[in-house]
Amino acid sequence: MIHAHDSVIVRTMTRILIPLIQLFALYVLFFGQFGPGGGFAGGVMLGASLILGILVFGPDAPPCRLAKKVIHGDGIGLMIFVGVGGLCLIGGGEFLNYANLDIPGIDSDARRRSLGILLTQIGVAVDIAVTAISIVISLSLINGEESHD
Amino acid sequence: MIFSFEIPLLILLLITAAGAIMVKDLISSVFILGSYSFLLAIVWAWLGAVDVAFVEAVVGAGLATVFFLMTLFGTHPKDTRIRRSPAPLVAYLGLPVLGLLLLYAAEDLPKFSDPQSPANVRVSTAYLTNSLIETHTPNVVTAVLMDYRAFDTLIETGVIFTAGIACALLLRRNQE
Repeated sequence: MIHAHDSVIVRTMTRILIPLIQLFALYVLFFGQFGPGGGFAGGVMLGASLILGILVFGPDAPPCRLAKKVIHGDGIGLMIFVGVGGLCLIGGGEFLNYANLDIPGIDSDARRRSLGILLTQIGVAVDIAVTAISIVISLSLINGEESHD
Repeated sequence: MIFSFEIPLLILLLITAAGAIMVKDLISSVFILGSYSFLLAIVWAWLGAVDVAFVEAVVGAGLATVFFLMTLFGTHPKDTRIRRSPAPLVAYLGLPVLGLLLLYAAEDLPKFSDPQSPANVRVSTAYLTNSLIETHTPNVVTAVLMDYRAFDTLIETGVIFTAGIACALLLRRNQE
């Protein structure tokens, strides 16, 4: 089970670190097209920032309450990914061929592909962040007493 | 010159890998496994695969360690049930022979960073020359993962989603 941490140093550092981790996660996510990183790493870091909050502030603090709301959105990331593929189908092309994304204002195929890559990366990041938080909450419910036998 | 950095790193990798298996206390084992992942991330970065290094550092050294630790706190941290019998004699004789066979086979692999190797002549040159023009994405790895091989990534995302659902089904049975 998870309990709140009593050390002032850990709590203060966590309060400072969580926004920094989230900022860096968003940077990694949106900069993945230009440098190392992308949906996988960004999503894991986004989830890790909330996991840190859950582990340090305990089950009654805002991070854990937020996390319990977040895990109801399991599968939204996958839906974003498949939805982008579906939009390509609607645009008249193959599934996940981003050149057929029918979005007004974007004229060249390359820019459509770039946008498609960005959207699917957001989908992957959301899926992985939610899954990581969901697994941590599942693991925190293991009853330690009954497996000692 | 390369060897001054390469050999100690690989030796450390072997030591941490062996330590993670042989340590009796499972919590120490988890931490050694985390340091193994960190060293592996350095190896990936040194080989030029920065994206792989990033994911290895974040997932292997970070998230997996947290998952293992939470599992151990929920169960029992001492390795008491697993009785490790000493390895049979066949293993001591057979494994070195197998290792020698693998080293012998490794002779036939293409040289590292050989431009004429099969991995470098066919599809990867097409990716390297076309990805920026076709997708406006300077990072070729992202272009390949998310555009040229988007189906693979979709299925991988599905696998991760399935893992989360399976954990919830197994562990949150008695809740609510």
